[in-house]
Amino acid sequence: MKAIVCVKQVPDTSGVVAVKEDGTMDRAAMATITNHDDLAAVEAALRIKDATGCKVVVVSMGPPPAEGMLRELLAMGADEAVLVSAREFGGSDTYATSQILAAAIKKIGVDDDDIVFCGRQAIDGDTAQVGPQIAEKLGMPQVSYVAEINVEGKAVTVKRLLEDGYMTIKVQTPCLLTCVKELNDARYMSVGGIMECYQKPLEVYNYETLKDDPLIDVTTIGLKGSPTNVYKSFSPPVKGAGMMMEGADKATVEKLVSILNDKHII
Amino acid sequence: MAFNSSDTAAFKGVWVFCEQREGVIMSTSYQLLSEGRKLANDLGVELCGVVLGKDIKEDYLKALGGYGADKVYYCNHELLDVYTTDAYTKVICDLVEDKKPEIFLIGATNIGRDLGPRCAARLHTGLTADCTHLDVDVAKYKEFLKTTSTIDVDNTVFEENTNLKMTRPAFGGHLMATIICPRFRPQMSTVRPGVMQTQPYDEAGAAKTVIENVDVKLDKSDIHVEVLEVKKAAKKLVDLIGADVVVSVGRGISKDVEGGIKLAEELASVLGGVVGSSRACVDAGWIGADHQVGQTGKTVHPRIYVALGISGAIQHLAGMQDSECIIAVNKNESAPIFDVASYGIVGDLYKVTPMLIEAIRAAKAAK
Ligand SMILES: Cc1cc2nc3c(=O)[nH]c(=O)nc-3n(C[C@H](O)[C@H](O)[C@H](O)COP(=O)(O)OP(=O)(O)OC[C@H]3O[C@@H](n4cnc5c(N)ncnc54)[C@H](O)[C@@H]3O)c2cc1C
Ligand SMILES: Nc1ncnc2c1ncn2[C@@H]1O[C@H](COP(=O)(O)O)[C@@H](O)[C@H]1O
Repeated sequence: MKAIVCVKQVPDTSGVVAVKEDGTMDRAAMATITNHDDLAAVEAALRIKDATGCKVVVVSMGPPPAEGMLRELLAMGADEAVLVSAREFGGSDTYATSQILAAAIKKIGVDDDDIVFCGRQAIDGDTAQVGPQIAEKLGMPQVSYVAEINVEGKAVTVKRLLEDGYMTIKVQTPCLLTCVKELNDARYMSVGGIMECYQKPLEVYNYETLKDDPLIDVTTIGLKGSPTNVYKSFSPPVKGAGMMMEGADKATVEKLVSILNDKHII
Repeated sequence: MAFNSSDTAAFKGVWVFCEQREGVIMSTSYQLLSEGRKLANDLGVELCGVVLGKDIKEDYLKALGGYGADKVYYCNHELLDVYTTDAYTKVICDLVEDKKPEIFLIGATNIGRDLGPRCAARLHTGLTADCTHLDVDVAKYKEFLKTTSTIDVDNTVFEENTNLKMTRPAFGGHLMATIICPRFRPQMSTVRPGVMQTQPYDEAGAAKTVIENVDVKLDKSDIHVEVLEVKKAAKKLVDLIGADVVVSVGRGISKDVEGGIKLAEELASVLGGVVGSSRACVDAGWIGADHQVGQTGKTVHPRIYVALGISGAIQHLAGMQDSECIIAVNKNESAPIFDVASYGIVGDLYKVTPMLIEAIRAAKAAK
């Protein structure tokens, strides 16, 4: 049994965001982090490994620096890492990304009792689309928004979040689960893990490695093969600032309330 | 003939997936129909609602016409009662392949966000997540840009076509991007609950709705998951989206969480509203996730939005900056929330809020 986990390195959009003059994001100027939901997915896989001794393979598509993140995941306890990286893959939208990741997962090999994990969504794109699209390309059942996992042999029972409750769903392997951050608290890298992580296998899949897969076609990958394109991008609207009240005492508050009253707001 | 998503000329009409849970249509569907109606009018085509379920009341189906649908495709089947990815994807893709709509809108609920990408991948077309604005008409899109961007619209060349222009926040809300899907159909987008406004219900429209029963081809063997249980939260969820007034709390209540929430509740009750919050409070476990306003929470457009101890991070602003009147109380005069506030008070929320409650009570009593 294997757990294959798709992990994305994302710019830390909660920190300082650098925007280039042309209105696109200056990724090079920003700190990167491992996407939160994906860390939960890695932790979920590692817990299955703790219980069953299964193998955990982490996969990331991105530019070469993503290797650093993959080493960290190996230090957390993953067994193997795959970096999917090629110029041909750049500029992919979620559809094209899922084609490429699905081809990479096929290359790693999916057995009958394997589980593919994704995060629910990546904080940069925020689409939550790549997981379900990979599942479709691999022809396996999916469960998204997973907040609890129970594996018994080939039967996987999960709690799937709804806005106002949850569903309990049973699915057979091979299947794909997308995990929410609340699923668990990810472990830290161990000292031993850090020592070992450079001995563990990290393979790079480039265009040559994957090109024979029918999913990999210039018309379905990269910027040119992506069904969606950016038409325009611009800075979000800022509403004009309103009125700052002077002071914060009773008189100030009463003045505000009388303005609200006069304008029939209250 | 095999389905070919790149034969764009063969596709016509605007569709809205009208999600039901326990036989009741979700209000997001009405918001999307209202928006879809505008697109259908601009294109001069039909607007169709798509309902999957089991024994849905005819009144509910007719009501979709009251929000703009000309026609409702009703897929009635025992296996469609409770959502499963497999069953819903199959039935919807079969229908799309048969009828070929050019635009397909889906609510970005926890279910829509599961269904949308699976369908788009199967149909070989693009999907744009969490759109906040949609246009087909270039002139209308330009008007939109004029009020919401710094683009020099009059000196920019725009290609004249009726492709769907789907605008959404990108990179955690720091940028807006307009996405197109020019080569494939249907053009699909998801839209978060609360983002689009529901238009008034029209009785005449409801009476005219055509309901077409779809011949559903579905078998147990098509479904590879088993839903063991659907459980609703015991607690009643707060209706942020429908609220007229929202009083939200942020990390500024950390000194006395209970006291802070109590003040917000009291102010909300005086103003006739409900309590919202920033994500910081939800993450800290101080308040339920259903209260969260913002990019990953709910989008609200209340008449009055009060922000108590909220810094105004861009992801929070994304969910509330279109409120009619925004009142912010924050200790820090340079908090970004003041950039969008109609009225700002720089002060301690524990001191200011009780005074606000008292003054509003007095003002109301005087009327
Ligand atoms: C991908 C992504 C999605 C996100 N989605 C959302 C979302 O949907 N909604 C959301 O809200 N956030 C979201 N966030 C988080 C967001 O970036 C901020 O971290 C969050 O909104 C901050 O919450 P806050 O304003 O309550 O806390 P803080 O930023 O810590 O602000 C607290 C404020 O309280 C003030 N304060 C402190 N004490 C007092 C007092 N006694 N009286 C008055 N003022 C006081 C402080 O001056 C400060 O301005 C998201 C982040 C990411 C990366
Ligand atoms: N470039 C990538 N490399 C590896 N995994 C990815 C990549 N992009 C997306 N994913 C996976 O798909 C999930 C959803 O991403 P998104 O659809 O972009 O919100 C993420 O949480 C990851 O698990």
